Amino acid sequence: MTISYLTDDYEIVRDESKCIKCQVCVRQCANAVHSYDDESDEMNSDGGDCAACQRCVTLCPTKALSVRRRATEFRQNANWTGPVQTGIVKQAETGGVLLTSMGTDKPHPIYWDNIVLNASQVTNPSIDPLREPMELRTYLGRKPDSLDLDFSDGAPRLKSQIDKQLKLETPIMFSAMSYGSISYNACLSLARASQAAGTFYNTGEGGLHKDFYEYGPNTIVQVASGRFGVTPEYLEAAAAIEIKIGQGAKPGIGGHLPGEKVNKAISETRMIPEGSDAISPAPHHDIYSIEDLRQLIYALKEATNYTKPVGVKISAVHNVAAIASGSVRAGADIIAIDGIRGGTGAAPTVIRDNIGLPIELALAAVDSRLREEGIRNQASIVAAGGFRGSADIVKAIALGADAVYVATAALIAMGCHVCQKCYTGRCNWGIATQDPYLVRRLNPDVGTRRLTNLLRAWSLEIKEFLGAMGVNAIESLRGNRAHLRGVGLTDTELRILGIQPAGD
Amino acid sequence: MRRIYAKEEVCIGCRLCEIHCIVQHSRSKKIIKAFQEEEDRPLPGLFVEESGPVSFAVQCRHCDDAQCVAACMTGAMRKDDQTGAVTHDADKCVGCWMCIMVCPAGAIRRDLEHGKIASKCDLCGGEDTPVCVERCPNEALTFEDRGE
Repeated sequence: MTISYLTDDYEIVRDESKCIKCQVCVRQCANAVHSYDDESDEMNSDGGDCAACQRCVTLCPTKALSVRRRATEFRQNANWTGPVQTGIVKQAETGGVLLTSMGTDKPHPIYWDNIVLNASQVTNPSIDPLREPMELRTYLGRKPDSLDLDFSDGAPRLKSQIDKQLKLETPIMFSAMSYGSISYNACLSLARASQAAGTFYNTGEGGLHKDFYEYGPNTIVQVASGRFGVTPEYLEAAAAIEIKIGQGAKPGIGGHLPGEKVNKAISETRMIPEGSDAISPAPHHDIYSIEDLRQLIYALKEATNYTKPVGVKISAVHNVAAIASGSVRAGADIIAIDGIRGGTGAAPTVIRDNIGLPIELALAAVDSRLREEGIRNQASIVAAGGFRGSADIVKAIALGADAVYVATAALIAMGCHVCQKCYTGRCNWGIATQDPYLVRRLNPDVGTRRLTNLLRAWSLEIKEFLGAMGVNAIESLRGNRAHLRGVGLTDTELRILGIQPAGD
Repeated sequence: MRRIYAKEEVCIGCRLCEIHCIVQHSRSKKIIKAFQEEEDRPLPGLFVEESGPVSFAVQCRHCDDAQCVAACMTGAMRKDDQTGAVTHDADKCVGCWMCIMVCPAGAIRRDLEHGKIASKCDLCGGEDTPVCVERCPNEALTFEDRGE
């Protein structure tokens, strides 16, 4: 074979005046970037497979290492940039579909950054969340069209029967990440943090490991096209069930967990042979229409005796509002919408970077449509796809979301540095891997603490936002687009978002 | 007494415990200086055992009934009444290595560079959290009283 025309993306810069040759970098890099030559007593670093995951940089006890983009410059060209050329070279050498992981790294517009929030001044008092109660509790599920009260005993008594709701102490949940795509310890951290914070995590389509059944009251289980690990016990263990139709990072594409990642525990949880690829089909082969979706929703409700909400997760695509409306009419109690910036464990790069809608536009469109049709109360809306912090979440709730799903932020809290190499299974942070050498790098006690801290910090910030706006409950903000104004947006974008321009 | 315990399920084999132990017992206590300039660098008082993906740091258990203390003919090995730590006095050591023979944990090693000194954990004084526990990046070492 001739030489590869690929050049290294990154290089390691080692400050020799600080390096003590302790070889922590050698032991920590799963990509074998660092090595020690004991003959010459020298440390060597070959940037070749460096993913810029920062593991060596973080663990180096003398801060002797840094990772930089390799100094080699492609000849300046606005069309044929370095990444474009690199992609073509990879395909010319392999003939394959380019794979990637996590959310898109292309500069898709982030509308959150063009939306500003309101605050109270003079005519309405703001509230100090440190001194006054601030309510973040959120209920997800179908709400009745009207409430019937019985006054026969003197005191009012609720006559209407309310469908089962999910009770969240903060409107933030962890989105679907399967056991298989992420490690046992990562799943355990998510489950424990959800329990500690009074919220929910989502199993993804990988089934539920027997050890995690005890976290069932904080678990949303997914039923996806591959039906991996779906059993009566699995449905029974959960607080809610989610039918996964699509994922923001790869709308219209099924999942693929390579056989190398399917070890004994994962094969048992997914109910597939050890070492076999776990391929979930692109569509559910029993869902070709809204009517078919209704059948599955009610099959799951029947199977669990109507004791838990059944949601539908769709990726944000062109007709998202109509699809969401149909799904609600089909009986979904929760609609989760995943935007184009949503993440994945593995997806074709071109799909991830080019299909879907920004979550802001999709969320606004769905909320508006359900309101127009008078069915907004019939389902809660959960927005997902690239939420970076409490400000994005507050804006999403004002735009019409009942709660949000976060995943990338949760991974970052556990150590992820968004190197986008999850699909290789060699995650140096022990998150997106099943390698027994690597999975131990995520101590679930540490992971739980970091996730719980993140939820706490964001919840505190949300309370600060609410206080500034002069409301004392997240319920008062929900769908209240009067709190939002657009900056630097076109009339069309403002119309779709349903918000006024700043100054108006 | 408070002892160091290893959680092998989350030990990542980075050996930072060994490195920080060396620094703590070096003359300067400064990591770069200790490794780059000091020639009489001590051995680490604990060491990481590895077998496949499993690893954990082995260090002196500071036994209540310390066999090494009983076996030491010069009194170099001593159990501190206050902290419970088993410590080693390099000046008294004659290098008979009986402590190594009797240690049930295999936690004592010969320091060949420095002649007759046996190398083992001294709990960093026994009052504050030992540096290996403090600096373990994955909390795979704990310092606690389990009533043992």
